[in-house]
Amino acid sequence: MAGAGAAVLGLLLLLGSPGGSTGPPRDSLREELLLSPLPSGDLAATFQFRARWDSELHREGVSHYRLFPKALGQLISKYLVRELHLSLTQGFWRTRTWGQPYLQAPAGAELWVWFQDSVTDVDKAWKELSNILSGIFCASLNFIDSTNTVTPTASFKPLGLANVTDHHLLRYAVLPREVVCTENLTPWKKLLPCGSKAGLAVLLKAERLFHSSYHSQAVHIRPICRDASCLSVSWELRQTLTVVFDTFSVGQGKRDWSLFKMFSRTVTEACPLASESKIYVDISSKTQENELLEVTPLPLSVHEAPVQGDRRTYAVYDLLSPSLFNVSRSLNVQLKWKRPQDSLDLSTPVLHAQRYVSGYGLQTGEISTLIYNTHPYRAFPVILLETVPWYLRLYVHTLVITTKGKENKPSYIHYQPAQDRRRPHLLEMLIQLPANSVTKITIQFERALLKWTEYTPDPNHGFYVSPSVLSALVPSVIAMKAEDAEQNPLFTSLFPSSDGSSYFVRLYTEPLLVNLPTPDFSMPYNVICLTCTVVAVCYGSFYNLLTRTFHVEEPSRGGLAKRLANIIRKVRGVPPL
Amino acid sequence: MGLLSDPYRRRALSRLILRLNTPLCILSYLAGLGWFLGLASLPFTLRSYMSENAMGSTMVEEQFVFGERALSYAREFAGHKKKVGGIPVAWLEKTMWNLGLEVYKQPFSRTLPFPDEMRERYMVKGTNVYGILRAPRAASTESLVLSVPCSTGQHNNQAVGLMLALASYFRGQIYWAKDIIFLVNEHDLIGMEAWLEAYHDVNVTEVLSSGMLGRAGAIQAAVSLELSSDVITSFDVAVEGLNGQLPNLDLVNLFYAFCQKNGLLCTIQGKLQRTDWDTLPAYVHSLQTLLLMVLKQGSGRPQGDHGLFLRYHIEAITVRGINSFRQYKYDMGTVGKTLEGMFRKLNNLLERLHQSYFFYLLPSLARFVSIGVYMPAFGFLILILVLKALDLWMKLSKCDAGPEEQLCDGDQGAVHAAAEESRPGLLTLVPPLLICHATGLTLYFLPVLGQHMATQHFPVSESEAVVLTVIAIYVAGLALPHNTHRVLTGCGSERGWMTLKLLSLLYLAMLLGCIALINFSLGFLLAVTMVPVAAIVQPKGPKYLYAVLLVLVTPAVTLLLSIVLYQELIEYPVSALECWQLFLQAVSEGLLDHYLYGSIVFPFIALFVYPCWLLLWNVLFWK
Repeated sequence: MAGAGAAVLGLLLLLGSPGGSTGPPRDSLREELLLSPLPSGDLAATFQFRARWDSELHREGVSHYRLFPKALGQLISKYLVRELHLSLTQGFWRTRTWGQPYLQAPAGAELWVWFQDSVTDVDKAWKELSNILSGIFCASLNFIDSTNTVTPTASFKPLGLANVTDHHLLRYAVLPREVVCTENLTPWKKLLPCGSKAGLAVLLKAERLFHSSYHSQAVHIRPICRDASCLSVSWELRQTLTVVFDTFSVGQGKRDWSLFKMFSRTVTEACPLASESKIYVDISSKTQENELLEVTPLPLSVHEAPVQGDRRTYAVYDLLSPSLFNVSRSLNVQLKWKRPQDSLDLSTPVLHAQRYVSGYGLQTGEISTLIYNTHPYRAFPVILLETVPWYLRLYVHTLVITTKGKENKPSYIHYQPAQDRRRPHLLEMLIQLPANSVTKITIQFERALLKWTEYTPDPNHGFYVSPSVLSALVPSVIAMKAEDAEQNPLFTSLFPSSDGSSYFVRLYTEPLLVNLPTPDFSMPYNVICLTCTVVAVCYGSFYNLLTRTFHVEEPSRGGLAKRLANIIRKVRGVPPL
Repeated sequence: MGLLSDPYRRRALSRLILRLNTPLCILSYLAGLGWFLGLASLPFTLRSYMSENAMGSTMVEEQFVFGERALSYAREFAGHKKKVGGIPVAWLEKTMWNLGLEVYKQPFSRTLPFPDEMRERYMVKGTNVYGILRAPRAASTESLVLSVPCSTGQHNNQAVGLMLALASYFRGQIYWAKDIIFLVNEHDLIGMEAWLEAYHDVNVTEVLSSGMLGRAGAIQAAVSLELSSDVITSFDVAVEGLNGQLPNLDLVNLFYAFCQKNGLLCTIQGKLQRTDWDTLPAYVHSLQTLLLMVLKQGSGRPQGDHGLFLRYHIEAITVRGINSFRQYKYDMGTVGKTLEGMFRKLNNLLERLHQSYFFYLLPSLARFVSIGVYMPAFGFLILILVLKALDLWMKLSKCDAGPEEQLCDGDQGAVHAAAEESRPGLLTLVPPLLICHATGLTLYFLPVLGQHMATQHFPVSESEAVVLTVIAIYVAGLALPHNTHRVLTGCGSERGWMTLKLLSLLYLAMLLGCIALINFSLGFLLAVTMVPVAAIVQPKGPKYLYAVLLVLVTPAVTLLLSIVLYQELIEYPVSALECWQLFLQAVSEGLLDHYLYGSIVFPFIALFVYPCWLLLWNVLFWK
């Protein structure tokens, strides 16, 4: 260990000196931007910044941070985090019209963390971690508590290097109500080594990013193999940001775009700290014979990669290659559609889902989830995770799963009932989706009455139910070779793929808005006064009337003799007549 | 309350009730009626105001200027509609898609319980087309609906055109926080019901529809638009929904506010409000408006496509463009601006519309009567039944007490026997109750179930058969007393009819009280007719006068009179024959409303009010 420590010190010194090329850098930064036109004609821009650090963060004494942000590094070493995934999203990825996302996130804030097995009190560490993250990202993550935290058993596996599958070390929470805006973007940008001063990050202008249909920013931290032999661990921090631009409303019906049009900036240089800086443009066309789109300036190289079960072609602009900025000082990638798109029937993705509340009235309801498998001949299983707050009382005996009119028995069910005010319902199921089918999952619930202090300030807005999570290995159209992950674009390499015949997809459904029975808060005082008065005035009398009978007692008019006799008796000490 | 536990005062009170019963009843009836007629006058009404903060204080500046585009869409739509001979599904889908909406269609079919002769439909097949404008950066948790019925003929083409123009304008705006659903529904209410049921994935009626692909969360508000001319002179708003449900008053206020802002004339019940409030003609005018609203609400029919939304707790109104012979006309631009303003304010909503009133009557658009003000009118009417019931009860209990007083002076056994004889147990009331309700059940079930048998044996069509069966069973019920008496041999005594009348009065009071909570107008219309006659009816005195009176207040005659009143109020008087036609139509529509949309008026009348009335009829012919 001491030797290793000395080596680390030596390396650090080497890195410190400019142009030190004797050893491989201990940390590296790759940045890339993927621009992909969506089937609906909109445009998705995915930024990925990957900082990789060959260091044992969990060991004591790591104090020198270069590219890896210190705030996050300290967090990992203090709370013994194995993996951390945080996403903040505004909007909803519409899988049906936009196709399969590279990285989807649920609307609102999502946080899931795997802890090291040396953590003794996971709940405490989780609580503190979420509070600190809340401070770092200016998000309301401090609202994560036991009522919205669950421990899924099957849906969330570690993405990085880990062989632990003890799911008690996992915590998962979604805050569907979280509103994401610039105050969350600024701290996220500050984690980048170049900030938003240079490189691709200059494009991240808040006023343009939030003038979009979908905005999702995420931070993923995980341990990965340092090299092919995988004897030691490196830490990887991926910061991803996905925006979908509505080219329709911006371009008045035309769907052409350019970097300047979308971000009101162009790229002038790569981040000097980055070892790789590339822009990918998805130019793969559905049909072979005609090329629908045209990119300018002409790309220097074209990359072909199997992504999500399909072979895709990307035009690549390497910002580090000097020839790129030879012609003009800035790079403004433009794309033009040669023909207008006017096909109604979009190619639907293999797996997509929809969730809604059915029924009416304020007493009961039903949560329905429709899962579509549009693959023509392959069936595949999907893991469904439902987290429902305790104030919707689920009735598990009403759980019905039907596919093509027949009952579909899940091969695995994990259900954890809710406890009032303490923990939510957790329902995890492994469901087989037959080829070309729609599977409908319904479960009924009853709306609970909350205590009057538990209502939100706007109770008539409704209460959110977090999206359900679908995780599936979707069979791919073409066989994918396992390639060297380091060479591929970043967006292909977050989820590990087991073999070439299928690829991993995680989908989130819409969050739901459910109305609960709400008292009229405008007049509690009147109601209380009236009720108390009515009870006070009426109760006694009604009780009397119901339990007694009243008779008029005729006053006994005894004569003078009787009165006299009574006086005498009183004197004698005998009870009167 | 101490009043009741003090025997002296109790005795005094009961004496008062017994002695002054009739004057009290008359007074109470007059008070109730007077109160109701007074509702239209100034002191009872409040000036309407916007309660919802999110819609009240925020300003919107409408910029819709695409009236011409709306008209060209309308012409194109009319051409395609004519070509297809129905709703041009493909054209609508393509147009909405080109506007940048997510487009879905929903085929549905519904076989009516019996043919609807007025609209000439029996086996209905149709398609709803809708496009969803997805709000940017929103997760489809909330939405608004703009619906337009695709009517037959040349109706509503302009509404579709305006809807498409609005959709294209809305699509370019960035401020939407809620998804907006643009819906074109075929076969008006049936299509709307099919769409709503599919959207909420429930099956209330028997509409068959294939699945629905696009949803947009909880619908917060809906506006249904009907527009059949290129220019309009005024806007009419319909608020009454299924079973007399009303939308939140804020939505009506919102409409009124934007009409005023854009200088549009707006009417309710087709009546323009008068500016002079304190004159007699103005009072009469607003009373007419109020009465029209009561009649429409009491019918329990949805007065527009919006009426079906209300079941799902979605606030909705129908807005109709009217083109009359006024001089000032408004073009599509102004109409579109009004709708744009409404939608932008609804878009600003942070919570469901809940601040303002859900129970109200409108003597004009600018003024309203809240539930706290109109309920006393009904309370006074119910008070009559309670007073009368108390009176009967006290008379009955005096009879009870009578024999006991006699007990002291001798022969116990004989008196007991006499008491037994004169006091028919409550058990004897069961046969009339059962028979009356069995008649009610027959009235409810037989017409629709027996229509085929009727058409085989009589030369009538199905719908005629249904209506005539209803009337036949209704009238046949009048012969009941003679039949029940055969069952009730030997209990025709004074106490018998009093107990039966007591029971039916309480029953009627309960029925009216319950229905008034759901549908005030229906409750009030029934109460104002049935209550006085129910109070006076007895097997003694001028029996035939009572019989005539009782027949005059039967729900069927109330319906007939309401139709006459309605026609008078809309200044379209009808002859007796036409009135009879309208009556037959109303009966069949009432049945259809029940089977198609789940209106409760027909079952309520058939299963409860009619049997209750039969009980009173039984009282009258008690022997």
